[in-house]
Amino acid sequence: MKESAFSTDNRWLLPEGVDEVLPPRASALEDLRRQLLDRFSSWGYELIIPPFIEFLDSLLTGVGHDLDLQTFKVTDQMSGRMMGVRADMTPQAARIDAHQLKREGPVRLCYIGTVLRTRPYGLGRSRDPLQVGAELFGHAGVESDLEIISLMLETLAITGVTAPHLDIGHVGIFRGLAREANLSADVEAQLFDALQRKARVEIEDILAESNVAAPQRDMLSALQDLNGGVEILDHAQRALHSAGAEVQAALKTLWSAASALERRHPQVPLHFDLAELRAYQYQTGIVFAAFAPGLGQEIARGGRYDEIGKVFGRARPATGFSADLKTLLAIGDYQASPPPQGILVPWSDEPALLELVRDLRAQGERVVWALPGQQEGARAMGCDRVVKQGPSGWQVEAV
Amino acid sequence: MSDSLTIALSKGRILKETLPLLAQTGIEPLEDPGSSRKLVLPTNQPDVQLVIVRATDVPTYVEYGGADIGVSGKDVLMEYGGQDLYEPLDLNIARCRLMVAGRPGANLREGRLRIATKFVNIARRYYAERGRQVELIKLYGSMELAPLMGMADLIVDVVDTGNTLRANGLEPLEHIADISSRLIVNKASMKMKHRRIKRFITEMAQAVQR
Repeated sequence: MKESAFSTDNRWLLPEGVDEVLPPRASALEDLRRQLLDRFSSWGYELIIPPFIEFLDSLLTGVGHDLDLQTFKVTDQMSGRMMGVRADMTPQAARIDAHQLKREGPVRLCYIGTVLRTRPYGLGRSRDPLQVGAELFGHAGVESDLEIISLMLETLAITGVTAPHLDIGHVGIFRGLAREANLSADVEAQLFDALQRKARVEIEDILAESNVAAPQRDMLSALQDLNGGVEILDHAQRALHSAGAEVQAALKTLWSAASALERRHPQVPLHFDLAELRAYQYQTGIVFAAFAPGLGQEIARGGRYDEIGKVFGRARPATGFSADLKTLLAIGDYQASPPPQGILVPWSDEPALLELVRDLRAQGERVVWALPGQQEGARAMGCDRVVKQGPSGWQVEAV
Repeated sequence: MSDSLTIALSKGRILKETLPLLAQTGIEPLEDPGSSRKLVLPTNQPDVQLVIVRATDVPTYVEYGGADIGVSGKDVLMEYGGQDLYEPLDLNIARCRLMVAGRPGANLREGRLRIATKFVNIARRYYAERGRQVELIKLYGSMELAPLMGMADLIVDVVDTGNTLRANGLEPLEHIADISSRLIVNKASMKMKHRRIKRFITEMAQAVQR
């Protein structure tokens, strides 16, 4: 290859991290989309179709810095205000629940749509994932978290992700300990960062420099080792026994989640990690993610976020999950229905033939016109039958 | 699922100093990785294999899940950035310091400094932290040459003995960080193979203590 070949002839090139879905995968994806939305509906989840673009104020209020960085922004020429292309549909669902629907009691919403991200979320990930998710508003107990986790597992099963692992944490534990230790915002951010990496050296250094009193310091430090099977909830009980009410309540929530999940999904391996703080800035309770064997990154995630609705005028408890359907299609062994065969029909104006075509289509057949001058035959057009003029009029024949 | 382990190592000092630690946990490669041309090395434990990659590629392999575990210098990790790996153990090997170096007094010059380094992210953060606007020049090796050729005022590089600096009329000027190698772990592996991996980390921690 000459270097000049790298030059300008690449108008077809897509931006980095932006992908498209072609046949036959596109129809498999569409199959999957319909199945999932039907299943969500059978669980009582109502579909919402939020806009692709919104004013930044409503898109980013209460969700923190990470999502701000992830959001593409443009100026609205009509109002002069800043608009953002959604990078996550969860806050949109929260806005719709709090401000548009204004219903009392539990509200179940689901959605599917493309979101855009300024940076891929994780190595090798897409910048335009097809986000599918479900949110349950209006109930603060662990039962609604369980419903959402079950729905997430069902979503994975439909997409053919066999043997997922579930990782569960609770942001209330770190948040409660940080509050009791009176950590400054700066130290809390440093410690959060080090805890996400389980970087023992840094964690100990930060705690040593922070002048936090011994019991709080030991408990914050213990978090990095509180990960593993359900037995670590026992260890946590001991290690965090002198922590305050917020932490104890969080541990209790984890206990009830653990025993309920073992009853409902005995085949799903559970992993607990009390230092895992996904989307810490807006999550308020249980956080969870699903992993698949052989894959280095999480494939679906979710958790409780009770505060977002407040900025839209109505604080509502909320919990939900989401995943990228394109990722799920790529990793799951989803068996799409085989590509439909069909019938190739010679182009004609003859009323009898037009009627036959209409009838065949009404019966659910795929009928393709052979256009005048076309060289390609039935096989090339994905057809296994043709329509021919027979002695008794037009008739369908095998190729 | 099988709890097999793939461990990513880089040739050179890290490999030489990691192998004795692995040996203490009972893991020994079946061939000498120093001389073998194989990139995937089986070990005496059937469920453990080593992969040999470039030092700067170790975090990438581990984050993608190409390896469950890796050994990587803190300098490489700081440059790599992000929260997408666990680094639960300091192995205390391949120790050195990350320094600003240059001709004596070169760091006191007023105005916009030109910094030659392969650690552009670290250098950018370091100078931003100190409120200095600098010009960064990305090089892939022999940073010491840049100030000699008048291309840069300073370099940011790891310094072990400082002999190469002195031989070229440069000296260490500012200390950025102490560097040693860390055990890094893929997040998904840590969750799905936690028993196997936690046992390995504990054994490695004991080996480091000895």
